[in-house]
Amino acid sequence: MSLFNIMDISGTGMHVQTVRLNTVASNMANVDSISSNAETTYRSKQPVFQTIMNQLTGEPKGGVRIKEVVESPAPLKMEYLPNHPMANEEGYIFRPNVNVVEEMANMMSASKTYETNVEVMNTSKQLLLRTIQLGRG
Amino acid sequence: MSDSIFGIHERAIMVRKQRAEVLANNLANADTPNYKARDVDFRKAINEAAAAEDRRFRPDMIRTNSRHLEGFAELSTDDYLRYRMPTQPALDGNTVETHIEKAKFTENALQYQATLEWIDSRIRSISGALKGE
Repeated sequence: MSLFNIMDISGTGMHVQTVRLNTVASNMANVDSISSNAETTYRSKQPVFQTIMNQLTGEPKGGVRIKEVVESPAPLKMEYLPNHPMANEEGYIFRPNVNVVEEMANMMSASKTYETNVEVMNTSKQLLLRTIQLGRG
Repeated sequence: MSDSIFGIHERAIMVRKQRAEVLANNLANADTPNYKARDVDFRKAINEAAAAEDRRFRPDMIRTNSRHLEGFAELSTDDYLRYRMPTQPALDGNTVETHIEKAKFTENALQYQATLEWIDSRIRSISGALKGE
């Protein structure tokens, strides 16, 4: 009898959404991290999710994990500000390719999915408690 | 013995539990690219489970030697998993529709409780009979 499996599954769901929220926070915090060359400029980070597979059968086993955290390939924003202290020889500064609107949508989606996983966990907990109390009444 | 006391409900609760697991998995993978939502074909699972009760003592495995161990097929809902037909699949290949999965999960939780209730009342009536109340 293992409703505990559901706890594990929802736990992994909550974990990946937390990582997603973390990347959103990191992206938002760095939205104004300007730089004087393209290499050192902060790039928007996005987690990629993957279902946890059973190693033996190749079937989905239950739960989800972070496959990798990729950097957004979107072009950096170059701005011509010759008087800026960070400007390079040509007078340009580089802004991160963070899309604030996209990040906000990401954040809402992550928090909604997190909530759903919490609800699943709560419901399972109640069912589990009732199962434990079977025959006491 | 216990099979005859609780009848099909003992099997039903196992299938419901496994269905809850599958649905929880769908919800956890709501944002996973290329994940396909799945569900348990309950009718098929429970019918097979009922048949499996008799089959326990008539195993699928043939014993060609008297020293072979007895074996029987264990019930597993993996065989009854079906892919959900999406109404609006996402561009990244994900077919989880959270509202539908949530509704199914709640429905399944209620049915689980109903089955629990039934088993509980069965236990109560038996213990009542034993105590002569």
